[in-house]
Amino acid sequence: MDNNWPLWEIFVRSKNGLEHRHFGSLHAADQEMALENARDVYTRRNEGVSIWVVKSSDITASNPENNGELFEPAQDKVYRHPTFYKLPDEVKHM
Amino acid sequence: MSNEQIKNLEEIFEARIARDEKIEAKDWMPEKYRKTHIRQISQHAHSEIVGMLPEGNWISRAPSLRRKAALLAKVQDEAGHGLYLYSACETLGISREELYQQLHSGKAKYSSIFNYPTLTWADMGAVGWLVDGAAIINQVPLCNTSFGPYARAMVRVCKEESFHQRQGFEIMLKLCNGSKEQKDMAQDALNRWWWPSLMMLGPTDAESVHTEQSMKWKLKRKSNDDLRQQFIDQTVPQADLLGLTIPDPDLKFNKQTGSYDFGAIDWDEFWQVVKGHGPCNKQRISARVAAWDNGAWVRDAAMAHASKKQAIKVKIAI
Ligand SMILES: [Fe+2]
Ligand SMILES: [Fe+2]
Repeated sequence: MDNNWPLWEIFVRSKNGLEHRHFGSLHAADQEMALENARDVYTRRNEGVSIWVVKSSDITASNPENNGELFEPAQDKVYRHPTFYKLPDEVKHM
Repeated sequence: MSNEQIKNLEEIFEARIARDEKIEAKDWMPEKYRKTHIRQISQHAHSEIVGMLPEGNWISRAPSLRRKAALLAKVQDEAGHGLYLYSACETLGISREELYQQLHSGKAKYSSIFNYPTLTWADMGAVGWLVDGAAIINQVPLCNTSFGPYARAMVRVCKEESFHQRQGFEIMLKLCNGSKEQKDMAQDALNRWWWPSLMMLGPTDAESVHTEQSMKWKLKRKSNDDLRQQFIDQTVPQADLLGLTIPDPDLKFNKQTGSYDFGAIDWDEFWQVVKGHGPCNKQRISARVAAWDNGAWVRDAAMAHASKKQAIKVKIAI
């Protein structure tokens, strides 16, 4: 039997109003232990008010090798930005 | 991939680092970059973990509840530092198990300083003040290193280190303002920790093998000798403030350079310790291995419990 504890990714909300942010990872036997360990490893100085733990193997990540096809199409869509539209100077606050 | 293609990728890679771009774990990287980072980050993680042992030794004998709480919190931080660094290292495709094996078998190195004994309570002061002080000097530049997971771990580590050094200095200050015996104890600790702390910053530049490549990859921003000089220049005035004498008869302020000149370091001692013949090398590794082995049944039980719970969940779902 493989007795190595699986890896978990830890996300912490540092205060209400902010999103959960990836803080790092750790090993734990199950999700409860992952939460408890995350408390001790990543929030010893009030760094958080909420923790998410996700099993690392459950995350599907994009491959940087595909960054071209994934992200480059956005580069030539200048019309998605406000500066693409020329307005007369008299129009304020738009 | 052909050699030409790899060379091309390497050039693009080096240019990214030169532009101060960060490298993330899934990005393409030269094998040498991966290996060098696994070695350096794991050595760093091992140092944090083994570094708990000389201080853990004094937790139960701290002279007051205040000191005990501080020391306990510091040692817990070091465990945290080890964990941040191990997980940064694992993103490079090495397992935690393998990393531990390398430490336990003696294949991997850790900082030479932790192979010295902590004989008196004053050593808790000297270790915080000098060893964490030298560690900070080593670590701050790494917050900008090129490998993203390492840089992020270092930012977190550096935020926590300053308390370590301050609580150590406070211990020294208290002893130096106490009885003669207490002040002597502080001086004795400084005498024993001074030279190993200077050695901890690594061999002289002339003997340091990895420096040039490490500079390029921002694994190193300043040379060992520069870091050592920085440490000496910042620490000598602090020793003066404590009324303690640095155990180096050749130490002298040099008006021309604005730095302290210092005596010869016993590099034979350093290499002896690195090669495993320091005062506590065997003790440290065997304490670490025993802790790991004696905890095996707990880890196994936790896994058995987790899979049992999972099985029940699956059954209910069906
Ligand atoms: Fe540390
Ligand atoms: Fe520390």
